[in-house]
Amino acid sequence: MYTQGLDQTEPLGEDDLSRLSERFESKVAAEQKVEPTDWMPDAYRTLLTRQIAQHAHSEIVGMLPEGNWLSRAPSLRRKGILLAKVQDEAGHGLYLYSAAETLGVTRDELVEQLLAGTAKYSSIFNYPTLQWADVGAIGWLVDGAAIMNQVPLCRCSYGPYARAMVRICREESFHQRQGFEVMTVLAQGSPAQRAMAQDALDRWWWPSLMMFGPPDAESTHNDRSMRWKVKRFTNDELRQKFVDMTVPQAHYLGLTIPDPDLSYDGEYWRFGEPDWAEFKRVLTGDGPCNRERLAARNKAHDDGAWVREAAVAHADKKRARAVAS
Amino acid sequence: MRTRSGPVPSPAEQPREAWPLWEVFVRSRAGLSHQHVGSLHAVDADMAVENARDVYTRRGEGASLWVVPADAITASDPQDSSAFFGLDEEFRHPNHYVVPDEVHGI
Repeated sequence: MYTQGLDQTEPLGEDDLSRLSERFESKVAAEQKVEPTDWMPDAYRTLLTRQIAQHAHSEIVGMLPEGNWLSRAPSLRRKGILLAKVQDEAGHGLYLYSAAETLGVTRDELVEQLLAGTAKYSSIFNYPTLQWADVGAIGWLVDGAAIMNQVPLCRCSYGPYARAMVRICREESFHQRQGFEVMTVLAQGSPAQRAMAQDALDRWWWPSLMMFGPPDAESTHNDRSMRWKVKRFTNDELRQKFVDMTVPQAHYLGLTIPDPDLSYDGEYWRFGEPDWAEFKRVLTGDGPCNRERLAARNKAHDDGAWVREAAVAHADKKRARAVAS
Repeated sequence: MRTRSGPVPSPAEQPREAWPLWEVFVRSRAGLSHQHVGSLHAVDADMAVENARDVYTRRGEGASLWVVPADAITASDPQDSSAFFGLDEEFRHPNHYVVPDEVHGI
């Protein structure tokens, strides 16, 4: 049961609050899950609502870069795969919106925040998909980075978020593999196809590393997120894991990671510093496609208004008929 | 409310009533019980079933679906859960009883 029990009927005294807060902290420290009807600190509710909403928005906006290639996929098989993947992203958005709603925010508020441009979503989706290999690079790198981020979230302290992440991670692996397959075919193809694969890697590499967020030294929410077991690894830890996993994959493809500082130290792949100024620009609305993405979401919402109206009218009509008969 | 320039808003742009929330239960295959998998918003039960298929059974996860209006569910009170479920009656469990090693079939 997801939505009920959110209203505190009586105001809590200070003693009650500190007792509840202590109980909450020890529960989370003991790796027990927090459920929607449990008492939780306001700051925890706010943190989770923001994170799950941003995650949901990212899934929804994430449909747009790949949607660009649905009508131009190189074969029927690729088109079917891409359609299934884009549909998964919509599904992931819906699981996550449902999880966010259990914290007391409404679906309409969340949608409104996205359309108005007041909500954040992952910076990665503000980059353009210029050619077909970009679809491969997104599956391989972007979904690969997403998996790195999301697998630990399956153990998040907030039950509905953790359960949504389990479903999502199960489906995400298909996304990564189909992307790597696209890259493999191109990398083993003609010189022109190899060049496409390399070009896509060149453009998606750094933005993928930025998906893990700012360096730990500058990350504002790390400590609390770790204590409340929302996050299990820091941004830099996950970024390093991603690089260590991905560099050998690029070597298998015979492609070059666009980082002159990349070197193996016997244990880890050392890499150069992402352009954090670019990251901030993209996150604050000034990336290559921010305006285009928001305009596309708003257009889709507006163009779908008649469908929502028709659905309500149809349901009303059916209800009236059922009453009459 | 969002502020946007453009043509006069259509009726759907006006604040509307939120669509009801439905809890979704999936029977993964015959012989198993339906299990709660999540929730969704839909305008009526028919739409909830169709959307539940697309949202929760894209990979053949289901042989049957239930959708239940979320506000039709009565839940136990989380504040009372320790008193409500906290019966200390170990003797209800088989492990409570010691069976001698040389005795079999119990």
